Amino acid sequence: MSNSFVEFRNVSFRYGDDQPWVLKNVSFQIQSDKWVAIIGHNGSGKSTIAKLMNGLLFPQEGEIIVNGLIINEETIWDVRKSVGMVFQNPDNQFVGTTVKDDVAFGLENRGIPREIMIRRIDESLKAVGMSEYINHEPHRLSGGQKQRVAIASVLAISPNLIILDEATAMLDPKGRFDILQVINSVRNQERLMLVTITHDLNEIGYADKVIVMNNGSVWAETTPRALFAKEKDLKQIGLDIPFVAKLAKEFIELGIPINKTPLNHDELLEELWIYHSKM
Amino acid sequence: MNNMLIIGQYVPGSSFIHRLDPRTKITIIFFFVFFIFFANSLLSYGILTLFSVGSALATRIKVSYIIKGLTPVWFLILFTFLLHLLVTKDGEVLFRVFTYPIYTGAIIQGTAISLRFFLLILVTSLLTLTTSPIEITDAIENLLHPLKKIKFPVHELALMMSISLRFIPTLLQETEKISKAQASRGVDFKTGPIKERIQAVVPLLVPLFISAFKRAEELAMAMEARGYQGGEGRTKLRELKVGPLDWVALLCFILIIVALFVTRK
Repeated sequence: MSNSFVEFRNVSFRYGDDQPWVLKNVSFQIQSDKWVAIIGHNGSGKSTIAKLMNGLLFPQEGEIIVNGLIINEETIWDVRKSVGMVFQNPDNQFVGTTVKDDVAFGLENRGIPREIMIRRIDESLKAVGMSEYINHEPHRLSGGQKQRVAIASVLAISPNLIILDEATAMLDPKGRFDILQVINSVRNQERLMLVTITHDLNEIGYADKVIVMNNGSVWAETTPRALFAKEKDLKQIGLDIPFVAKLAKEFIELGIPINKTPLNHDELLEELWIYHSKM
Repeated sequence: MNNMLIIGQYVPGSSFIHRLDPRTKITIIFFFVFFIFFANSLLSYGILTLFSVGSALATRIKVSYIIKGLTPVWFLILFTFLLHLLVTKDGEVLFRVFTYPIYTGAIIQGTAISLRFFLLILVTSLLTLTTSPIEITDAIENLLHPLKKIKFPVHELALMMSISLRFIPTLLQETEKISKAQASRGVDFKTGPIKERIQAVVPLLVPLFISAFKRAEELAMAMEARGYQGGEGRTKLRELKVGPLDWVALLCFILIIVALFVTRK
């Protein structure tokens, strides 16, 4: 048995017998990387991968191994204990009538005693900075706040892996920023792996590894820095590199040396002041 | 405005009635509705009225608010009274309206039935006024628990109710959004003949239904992802507790019922 946490072995999937294949012979492993980003344009099969990892869908061909278990009807409940998932629409994953009840939902499903539940709810809401909203109803929260509650709900069940399936796609810039902050702070916890699924390359800067999907196949498995260097190829599959990376490219073309492709504003700034002080 | 949205007519508060276990309230009201039909003397009606009005005052909700909540029923109560006045022909003729005779029995009967009706509505509305919908849901789940033996889906029913409650504000917001979107395309909801206004609701309902179904599907998936596999082996965060207050309330109620039977004719 390999020591990878998630492994896809020649996985193919389609939604119906007369439908086109969404995933075609996909294989990859997620080992001890703390944060893996899966990117691709709409219809590239990236969301399907998320649902397959959690046993919400089953592949027609190939097998998926999560935490040493091959996903099938019998193992999904055990797999779901170690894999938490946050979806795109903040409203449609809020089950409870209040924040507290919603975080409790996953715990209730697992039959966790009430006293432990109360403690875990407090802890996980604190981790996402939503403690003061514990008794709020969902309609009194913004989209970003609802997504933070969704992350808290997942944290409460203390999974090994959290999948964020376009969790920021429906948020405004402020909400998106907040969520990325939360994700970053959550990532620093021990024994927690993250898989974020997105079509926004701005969000993958901190990932340890990037899997690029195109037309149902793995197009590349690389690091963010190496990926941002391939602007032309990315454009062909409908993805665009972030502004910072573009700017850096322009600098290089102007003859200003940028040693490594920057992942964010700070890194670009660093390069620039080093260059400036050398002048 | 949405912050003020109150589902049903629940008025938050901390009165003695608010703090009762919802199961106690439901039980008392259930038996009250049953025993009210045993009242047949002036004194027995007096006791029941005292009990209902006393409880209403004990909630410390503004009387005007409670009365306002009863407005739709006033008409029904009045109607019942008038019907009895015209139909019942007991006792002596008290007076005549034009040539139509009104009997004393009709007045007594009409008043008694209307009073009964009024008390019924008052007491049942006290439940929804002082208990949040989610508490009622929990109480129903708990009280219906024995029905599980005959395979009645108690847990599913309660979950359905709580999810509906959770989505009411969401769907209201959505309705508002859709109606604005349709109004911006020229659908007129507010003026014109009734028939046209009813027709204008169709472009509102269709998108609302479609999105509700979509939501349901996504919600089901999210619930499954969070490990939901039915009511078996589930624990609950919200718990119901019967305290000394509930025993006091039940005892008072039993005394009232005893008094009712003592004062019956």
